[in-house]
Amino acid sequence: MSKPTDLTIAEARDLLGRRALSARELTEAHLGAIERLSSLNAFITLTAERALADAARADDRFARGEARPLEGIPLGIKDLFCTEGVRTTAASRILDGFTPPYESTVTRKLWEAGAVCLGKTNLDEFAMGSSNTTSAFGHVVNPWRRRGDNRDLVPGGSSGGSAAAVAARLCLGATATDTGGSIRQPAAFTGTVGIKPTYGRCSRWGIIAFASSLDQAGPIARTVRDAAILLRVMSGFDPKDSTSADVPVPDFEAAVGRSVKGLKIGVPQEYRLSGMSAEIISLWERGAAWLREAGAEIREISLPHTKYALPCYYIIAPAEASSNLARYDGVRFGMRVDPGGDLDDLYAATRAAGFGAEVRRRILIGTYVLSAGYYDAYYLKAQKVRALIARDFDRAWEEVDAILTPATPTSAFAIGEKQDDPVTMYLNDVFTVTANLAGLPGISVPAGLDEGGLPLGLQVIGRPFDEETVFAVAGAIERAAGFDALPAVRA
Amino acid sequence: MGFIIEGRSGPWEIVCGLEVHAQVISKSKLFSGAATAFGAAPNTQVSFVDAAFPGMLPVLNRECVAQAVRTGLGLNAQINLWSRFDRKNYFYADLPAGYQISQYQYPIVGRGEITIALADGTTRRIGIARLHLEQDAGKSLHDQHPTKSYIDLNRAGVALMEIVSEPDIRSPEEAGAYLTKLRQILRYLGTCDGNMEEGSLRADVNVSVRRPGEGYRTRCEVKNVNSIRFVMQAVEAEARRQVEVWESGGEVAQETRLFDPARGVTRPMRTKEHAHDYRYFPDPDLLPLELDAEWVEELRRTLPELPDAKAERFQRDYQLSAYDARVLVAERATADYFEAVARGRDPKLAANWVMGDLFATLNRTGKTIETSPVSAEALGRLLDLIADETISGRIAKQVFEEMVETGADPAAIVEAKGLRQVKDTGAIEAAVAEVLSANAEKVAEYKAGKDKLFGFFVGQVMKAMGGKGNPALVNEILRRALG
Repeated sequence: MSKPTDLTIAEARDLLGRRALSARELTEAHLGAIERLSSLNAFITLTAERALADAARADDRFARGEARPLEGIPLGIKDLFCTEGVRTTAASRILDGFTPPYESTVTRKLWEAGAVCLGKTNLDEFAMGSSNTTSAFGHVVNPWRRRGDNRDLVPGGSSGGSAAAVAARLCLGATATDTGGSIRQPAAFTGTVGIKPTYGRCSRWGIIAFASSLDQAGPIARTVRDAAILLRVMSGFDPKDSTSADVPVPDFEAAVGRSVKGLKIGVPQEYRLSGMSAEIISLWERGAAWLREAGAEIREISLPHTKYALPCYYIIAPAEASSNLARYDGVRFGMRVDPGGDLDDLYAATRAAGFGAEVRRRILIGTYVLSAGYYDAYYLKAQKVRALIARDFDRAWEEVDAILTPATPTSAFAIGEKQDDPVTMYLNDVFTVTANLAGLPGISVPAGLDEGGLPLGLQVIGRPFDEETVFAVAGAIERAAGFDALPAVRA
Repeated sequence: MGFIIEGRSGPWEIVCGLEVHAQVISKSKLFSGAATAFGAAPNTQVSFVDAAFPGMLPVLNRECVAQAVRTGLGLNAQINLWSRFDRKNYFYADLPAGYQISQYQYPIVGRGEITIALADGTTRRIGIARLHLEQDAGKSLHDQHPTKSYIDLNRAGVALMEIVSEPDIRSPEEAGAYLTKLRQILRYLGTCDGNMEEGSLRADVNVSVRRPGEGYRTRCEVKNVNSIRFVMQAVEAEARRQVEVWESGGEVAQETRLFDPARGVTRPMRTKEHAHDYRYFPDPDLLPLELDAEWVEELRRTLPELPDAKAERFQRDYQLSAYDARVLVAERATADYFEAVARGRDPKLAANWVMGDLFATLNRTGKTIETSPVSAEALGRLLDLIADETISGRIAKQVFEEMVETGADPAAIVEAKGLRQVKDTGAIEAAVAEVLSANAEKVAEYKAGKDKLFGFFVGQVMKAMGGKGNPALVNEILRRALG
């Protein structure tokens, strides 16, 4: 038997079910790993006692034959999900001392399915970032190393802690959220699988909001099947979230092994950026070839408004964020800095001390684009572009069943790289933001290594609420790629 | 021409529009399940949504939507089957989210109108520009601590309807009549209790003045006026102030003002130094509000009878005067009370009793029609005793007072006190004879032509009989005896 920390969720589920492994052993192995690899800084808060109690209950259930779908599976929870009685930070100082008296819908579903809570994973502050360097709790280190280079690499962001923890075998899977690529980009940077489902698939209730019309929860795991297992539990209509969709949740796991024979896969020419590395292009071509060999038909398609997606995203997301983050004012919860002046002074001092530079930047951008006189030129125009981007996809779905693109324009970069100007950093999201703007499901699957031995991911985008096809195509890529490289740092 | 302010340089006309904030009657708030009852201890009716805790999301309360649609229908307004919630962003300590969810561009209700009746007997139509749903803010309490402010979030998130009139109002009287009528309609519909003292109905008054016939001039907004009387006073005070400004060669500046009822003047509101830019944008937490046309029709079908229709029916079915009908329909409870009394009885008599003795009693005892010491059924039974001549109208007043005092049934009071009318002619004749013999001088005067003394004799006979004599018989026998 492999080490408990090397198991997939599917394997662990099987061993636990056969009582060949106890939930306690599995949980203890992961708690030990987290402790040994604390230098990755993947977790903000550990809930070891709670995890052991969860595991004990899981073992009881196995003994009584009452195991639930995720019984005894140890997970990391992105610290953007509110967890009842467990400090929740959004990696921001502004939430100092905040312990939610409620549980997010997605995590509640996980606990009700028997999952074990190991702790809260690190992230970019308020999920704003692509490198996990904006966290008030310090940056997360990618467990992968570039060949011949000892520098710490970023795990991607914003779900960098979740991705690093899954890659380094600190948990079997983790929750994450994706507003412009925050699940898929870190998954690509860490050689893990991350899916952002269709907008409305998972409830946003209890998840600290960044940009409400784009935010969506999803899992990061080590295999496509594991991601499907987790997503099935996380999904479902929630009357407490008006934007959650009242549609049935299919058996995603069953879709993973489904044949892609006869599927039409689109390759959008607009994703071939000038200056894109040959490695990424050849990976993309290899992915198309694998799918062709598996019986799919590859078609060149056009998504003509793609080049406007990034600027459009960087108007809409900050606009919503500027409003969503207004509630962090020092009045009711979290940090308060009272310089002894009037109410405005309290706001200014609290927010200046509580928010980091990137969050402040986006609040300022968002405030600017919504201001009188600029609204039409920025926000309204961006909404129109967003509609055009969605229409591009609608037209594509008349021709193809799924779309294949690279997940990121590069592999993981070193901490401190790309930080001279924010726009370079924003370019990380160039392949992923379209799925958020159009509300579509997108998955990142590890498909190979670059010259430096770092993982690269391919992205599969699907029709709204057709995660099953996305899983099927991702499963086919996973089987063909046979990705078995391991990160330098792991349990 | 209606109301005119005669300035030094000639006549001025008032142009006025009202923005009314009406608190929606609903068990829970617009976007949360927290309760809405007035007067609860501070911060006891606050959900995590109302307090804008991280990760909390608004869920629209369908009952509040139904109330807004009912109100729109009651105002003969267009119901927009597609509307949208926007965020109005500003920082204040009693606005937990840092934004108010409101409807900016696409309100749920569009154009409508209401008809107002004026003292001179004429009516006027005042246009409604729109009605939209929005959340109320919390309350800041600045008088609880020497340096700190306290916040009560009980009101935060409570549903309000903002009802905006067209600038069709031309006088303080019209402003008062408009607000009175609007309040009456809201109360009939059961969509707002109209209680201005508790703040469930508040008015912002927009006023400008102009030379008759010219276009609009700059207007000022008088904020948060909290009684109908003050609205009328504020319109006049602000209009006169503006006339004075224009006539002294000045220019009216567009600004927000407050009405000081003690001094009867408006004064500029202390403005915060930062000009507000509310940065409205569609609330991404909520889907556009789409209404089913069939559902709206269902609400239309189940709308209660409104005051205008009821007043017309009262005139038609009960032959009441327009004035009486209007008084009786002013409150739905009064109209219901009247109808319960009038049903199967003499409607004019019922109207007189309700508007006379009953109203006087309620006034004197500080009660309302809902808490009336005499129920409609009891008053009806009293009227039945008059109709079947068990008692006279005069005795009835005495019985009514007893009913107010003791709550006893009228028939029981009549029996217990022996108030049953005397129709025995012998007893009446005896009383008449006695009165006439005791007043020989007056009899002589009467016979000499002082007809007015007849009433005196009636009074004396009634007095002698303890008020119980049948008035018609007393009259008849007296006339015969004197004739």
